[in-house]
Amino acid sequence: MKKEFKAAINRAVNDANLTGALGKFSEAYKVNRTKAYEGIDFEALRSRIAEAKSAAACHLDEVADVFQKKAEALGAKVYRTRDPQEVKEYILRVARERGVKSVVKSKSMATEEIHLNPFLEKNGIKVAETDLGEWIIQLAGTTPSHMVMPAIHMTKEEVAELFSKEIDERLTTDIPRLVKVARNELRPRFLEADMGITGGNIAVAETGSIVLVTNEGNARLVTTLPEIHIALIGVEKLVEKFESVAPILDALPRSATAQLLTSYVSIITGPGLNDDGSQKELHIILMDNRRTEMAADPKFKQALQCIRCGSCLNVCPIFRLVGGHVFGAVYTGGIGTILTAWFDELQKSEDIQGLCIQCGNCKEVCPGKLDIPEMIMEIRRRLVQNKGQSLVQKAIFGVVNNRKLFHGMLRAASVAGKPFTSGKFIRHLPLFLSELTNGRSLPAIAAEPFRDLFPKIKQPKCQEKAVFYAGCLIDFAYPETGVALVKLLNKAGIEVAFPQEQTCCGAPALYNGAYEVAAQNAQDNIAVLLQQGATYVVSACPTCTVALAHEFGKTLESVGRGEWLDRARELSAKTVDLSTLLKRLVDEGRLSFREKEDLGKITYHDSCHLKRTLKVAEQPRELLAKAGYELAEMHECDMCCGMGGSYSMKLPEISAPILKSKQQNIKDTGAPLVAMDCPGCVLQIRGGFDQDGSSVRVKHTAELLAERLRD
Amino acid sequence: MFEQFKAKATGVGAELHRFPTRSDALDFILQFLEREGMADAPGSRAVWAKSPFLEGLERRDLREIPGLSFEVSRQSAAQAKFGISQMEWALADTGSLVQDQSEVEQRLVSSLTGIHIALVPSGNILDGKSALFSRINPHTSSYIAFITGPSRTADIERVLTIGVHGPDRLLIVFVDELGGETA
Repeated sequence: MKKEFKAAINRAVNDANLTGALGKFSEAYKVNRTKAYEGIDFEALRSRIAEAKSAAACHLDEVADVFQKKAEALGAKVYRTRDPQEVKEYILRVARERGVKSVVKSKSMATEEIHLNPFLEKNGIKVAETDLGEWIIQLAGTTPSHMVMPAIHMTKEEVAELFSKEIDERLTTDIPRLVKVARNELRPRFLEADMGITGGNIAVAETGSIVLVTNEGNARLVTTLPEIHIALIGVEKLVEKFESVAPILDALPRSATAQLLTSYVSIITGPGLNDDGSQKELHIILMDNRRTEMAADPKFKQALQCIRCGSCLNVCPIFRLVGGHVFGAVYTGGIGTILTAWFDELQKSEDIQGLCIQCGNCKEVCPGKLDIPEMIMEIRRRLVQNKGQSLVQKAIFGVVNNRKLFHGMLRAASVAGKPFTSGKFIRHLPLFLSELTNGRSLPAIAAEPFRDLFPKIKQPKCQEKAVFYAGCLIDFAYPETGVALVKLLNKAGIEVAFPQEQTCCGAPALYNGAYEVAAQNAQDNIAVLLQQGATYVVSACPTCTVALAHEFGKTLESVGRGEWLDRARELSAKTVDLSTLLKRLVDEGRLSFREKEDLGKITYHDSCHLKRTLKVAEQPRELLAKAGYELAEMHECDMCCGMGGSYSMKLPEISAPILKSKQQNIKDTGAPLVAMDCPGCVLQIRGGFDQDGSSVRVKHTAELLAERLRD
Repeated sequence: MFEQFKAKATGVGAELHRFPTRSDALDFILQFLEREGMADAPGSRAVWAKSPFLEGLERRDLREIPGLSFEVSRQSAAQAKFGISQMEWALADTGSLVQDQSEVEQRLVSSLTGIHIALVPSGNILDGKSALFSRINPHTSSYIAFITGPSRTADIERVLTIGVHGPDRLLIVFVDELGGETA
């Protein structure tokens, strides 16, 4: 990562105004969004939107043809281009021909994307942004930090300062007064403007309509008062049918700002009349700027389903800490990373793609059904493909692909008898990495890894057999979790096999874009795990479970090893996470816990992969309750702990504050004990409490349950 | 449905009234204008856009009221404090009003003024967008407008502030006598 980028992150996380405002907003947003969607089947709604937008994206040119024909028949002028430069020149040409001196604009990310304002101003045309947030950043001379709330990074003090300068009067920080200043200053600009420029939230092909969604009322004035209206619309806003407008209007305000509907929605179909009775001039520019190329790329086509609501930013644990400007481009956050990689260039996303911790929050709330984490992974993969891996990473993954060497080095670390902070090379190994980071201790490598303990465990002979896939963390750092797992399954009449040849699940390589390495890991594991002919392959690490159940096939396919797909599918079908299996066994009466005794309060932390990829949340809670614990839910129980594998090593300045707020939420429950199903989260959270000297105990669910088995 | 509409509309800051007859509604509006300081001076006038409500109403008396005008232009609307228009539909699920505003004057009185008074036939409250979308037609309406509460922003520190570029008050006046689909 570049030094300037790290510096920008440090500035952002230490900017109390920014993190305070964003943090407050993001916490409130989650609650308000849920409320706004009450009584609505969100899954059905977003399926309708995704289908409508995806259908249009499948043949953008034809849909744009229909739109053009329709809108032109109504008297609009439609201009289509792939090139942002041509967009600017077209607008300037219209302005020159019509003697336009001043322009009013309502909010448009498409115009930000092509940096229209400076271009027009350079050519002698006055431009006034009229959306309050956009006007603020225009006066400040910066770019929007959020696509819906462009000035969310600024305080009222800063706004008062800007406005005072603009109107040459000392203003206080009274927000309603500041808003009135904007109204009064901009009103004459509306009335005198010769041209109005808007974006467009939806463009409907079959009717030639454009839809504008706003709160302030500025778009109504921009489209009504000036004689010329230019709407600049990215082609991804096209839908075929008018009926698709309703679901998008249902979702956009709810997802963007948790409103049922914005104050104003305007559906404009063809040019109407001006207030003097003359015909209005309506130009609609359909801009491509690589969107068609995106639509042709199977991995990124889904990005055209985006309705630009910004909810992916609002739920992102990273965005709430760093804000938008760290992203260094017009579009920010997860979706911004993807759009920047395309609209600017892939290389420009090199640093910012690393900000994604892959927690999956955004994927859950996206009304366009975009899988942003997956697209960011694909960006990583392509960056690695283009540039190759750094030497250090190459060396690391070289080791990971050689199981004997890899495990040998892990053992060597335990022999050294020190926590994993010494040694020059080994500390860079995936998951067991790096120096002590702020606010968290790293675990010592276990004196005896699970693979050595396992042969000593006496197991009863059972009918059913499960293969245990331990993963590196349980194997080498937390073997006690593995021991607990064997005890639990044995009790339910399942014998556990542990093939010694199992190796890293490939997640560290995958999340760093090293798909070839991950594919080799996948192949090695599939071979050894299927050999046993067991009923289940069980794991107590959600990241490993996701790799086995979801990623192996995709990874192998992406590197062209299609011959492994059948076996990958077979493994996927057998793979189950421990809590899900245990819950099933309890329900079947094959497993039970000791008579209830009051074990006191416990709180539960949902791990990202378990909750959002495997969709497991209730099972561990029910098991812990059955075992005798009283569950006290924490605030934001399913918010990422900041671990993210090697993320916490690469970006400790972000990981540490995320961990800190997780610890606070745990403490606030008053529970002396927190359970979780992921050894990575255990590492992170236990490390955090160890550092701050707190007495909160951090345990893997398996261990707590094993303690409660009947003798 | 009226109750649901009322809850949603007042929830976003609209003020709501309902009258059985046109003359009751008219009395209310005139009293309201007087109380809020309507006068024949810039910044205090009222503009009333073409509305079915006015059809057949004896307008001579109305024209004599100082400050109230039925001539809508950008100048008259920009100098008016009050804008009065009729909106066709009300949506119960979001508290929104919807109208074909292809005629500019409909937009001028509802966007340039400080207080927008919207007359709505009580019988035109619909469930929501799906009922609405079978009743609006972009082929014949070049400007379909949805209005939900007053103009608002939260662009400074996410603090909700009412009244940016549009009206800072929205009065919705339901009139039973205006009929409507379900009347």
